[in-house]
Amino acid sequence: MTDSWRQPRRLLLLGLGALTVFFLLAPTLVVVPMSFTSSNSLTFPPEGFSIRWYEKMVTDRQWSTGFGNSAQVAFLTAALATVLGTLAALGTVRGQFPGKGAINALILSPLIVPVIIIAIGMFSIFVRWKIAGSLVGLVLAHTALAIPFVVVNVATSLRTIDRNLELAAQSLGAGPIRTFRRITLPLILPGVLAGGLFAFITSWDEVVVSIFLTSARFRTLPVEMWEQVRQVVDPTVAAVATTLLVVTTSVLLLALVVRRQAPAR
Amino acid sequence: MSATRGSTGAAGGNGTGMPDRPALVLRGLEKSFGDVLAVDGVDLEVRQGEFITLLGPSGSGKTTTLRMIAGFTRQTAGTIEIDGVDMSHVPPHRRDVGMIFQNYALFPHMTAAENIAFPLQMRKAGGTEIKRRVAEALALVKLEGFGGRYPRQLSGGQQQRIALARAVVFHPRLLLMDEPLGALDKKLREALQLEVMHISRQLGATVVYVTHDQEEALVMSDRIAIFSRGRIEQLGRGDDLYERPVSLFVADFIGESNILRGRFERDGDGGWLARDDVRWRVGAVQVERAALAGGSQAALVVRPERLRIVGLSDPAAAAPRVNVVDAAVRDALYLGSIRKYELTLPDGQAVAVRRQVGGGEREWQPGDQVALIWAVDDAVLVSAPGG
Repeated sequence: MTDSWRQPRRLLLLGLGALTVFFLLAPTLVVVPMSFTSSNSLTFPPEGFSIRWYEKMVTDRQWSTGFGNSAQVAFLTAALATVLGTLAALGTVRGQFPGKGAINALILSPLIVPVIIIAIGMFSIFVRWKIAGSLVGLVLAHTALAIPFVVVNVATSLRTIDRNLELAAQSLGAGPIRTFRRITLPLILPGVLAGGLFAFITSWDEVVVSIFLTSARFRTLPVEMWEQVRQVVDPTVAAVATTLLVVTTSVLLLALVVRRQAPAR
Repeated sequence: MSATRGSTGAAGGNGTGMPDRPALVLRGLEKSFGDVLAVDGVDLEVRQGEFITLLGPSGSGKTTTLRMIAGFTRQTAGTIEIDGVDMSHVPPHRRDVGMIFQNYALFPHMTAAENIAFPLQMRKAGGTEIKRRVAEALALVKLEGFGGRYPRQLSGGQQQRIALARAVVFHPRLLLMDEPLGALDKKLREALQLEVMHISRQLGATVVYVTHDQEEALVMSDRIAIFSRGRIEQLGRGDDLYERPVSLFVADFIGESNILRGRFERDGDGGWLARDDVRWRVGAVQVERAALAGGSQAALVVRPERLRIVGLSDPAAAAPRVNVVDAAVRDALYLGSIRKYELTLPDGQAVAVRRQVGGGEREWQPGDQVALIWAVDDAVLVSAPGG
């Protein structure tokens, strides 16, 4: 009896779920078929099939430089944010000092403050420091945006490991640094790596701050797309978007897999 | 007993200490958390090779004291001396103290052997020496062949034995244990009590052990420090605490006690404890030990096995230096080796009596009106304010 009552309800739920997923994914996925069009304009549904826009993407200097720049910025951001974010997480989780809550809120604030405000603020200061439009400036800006993701991931890992493990290591003769290297770091490594991957993605598809902090000589991929879409609507953009999507999704999946790793082995 | 243990410490970690120098000295140790005084002036001297237990209810300050000895918590006042060296402000990794936790705290990303090797690596021991000593430590805890296992592949008892091996492999000056057997079931706990005791004795290790289990404390310890409200209420051997408790708290905490409250009156040869229309004789020794003023509120502590049940007109009740109180048998329980009686005094107080089975004593039934008697010297007088 309960089964006959449950069956239609289940179907309804399933339908609603599918609809929601479609609603969320469709706008993103629509670029994928568009990128394989054989026509010269960006249309949906696409006409014919060809990979010539991918060829153009790879051969065109502007696109390939954009790729290179984005990758460079994203890797440097991930590295810097991972180191700083891990240290910040250690301080806010393990440390005990006045103003800890305020400092934690400050570290996490890029998650809440509208990006455009951050972008304007950074732009005005970086111009004065003469690092606007440079690799260094963009990496620093993206690092600030990415640190919260590292902090959140590492802090979660830190809270799950037994504090007694660190105390045990100390009583066995390990100082604070050796305790961190031999005990704490191996145990929070999944969180650190996941945080690093999130930091990579944060930088990889960031547009707003990048628009302010890039120049004609130094452009990342999302900014290049933004510029191109405004001028020529050429299906190469769809090919680039698809590539961007594949990279982002792969990194995100990797982050989820890494985060699920048990701390042991 | 403890003296002989102290001198067998050749194999242990006491090599650096003079044999007659105390292994641990706490002086006026205090710890406050904000307004709360968790440890309120603890003084303690532990001999080389001694097994001492800090026993008390939760929140009595025993664990905080242990954590201060380990260096995990900084004391707010007082000093800690280990093997004659002032360790009050030395970080934990330089105190040379082995610690065992209730939840084992084995490093989950290392094998059992790697866990045991860790303190040796920290001390920069050579590869072959590490190998040899890890094997010795595994043999000591009877887990040869388990070195390659990860902690999660071991049972709780095995994990705690690895933790023990890890804590002793570097011959620490002190071995600290924080309720190490608390997470194990009763049978395993009892087996490990003996094993931990034997191993620490074999190594001649000085042990400070924390537990809230009085039976465990009695089984394992040379001396026991009873903690209450951040202070050591009484320090002594198990039989001291059981036979001569200094306070109602100790009497209540160690073993089962019958507590008869009343007003204390002094006289030439000891004194009396008076309650309602009865009064009981208190021996001179007990009076002197309790050091109470005449007229103060006090209590007699009588252990259940020291009470005898006799008929109302039994001549034993009229013997000299014997106290008597009327009672009614409420329950008579046969427990195999002993018989346990629950009785009620005229004012409604419950009293427990334990008698050996097979002593040829009469067996009493619920409802019997009887007299409870005890020798004057079998009761301990303690202060009982507010009673």
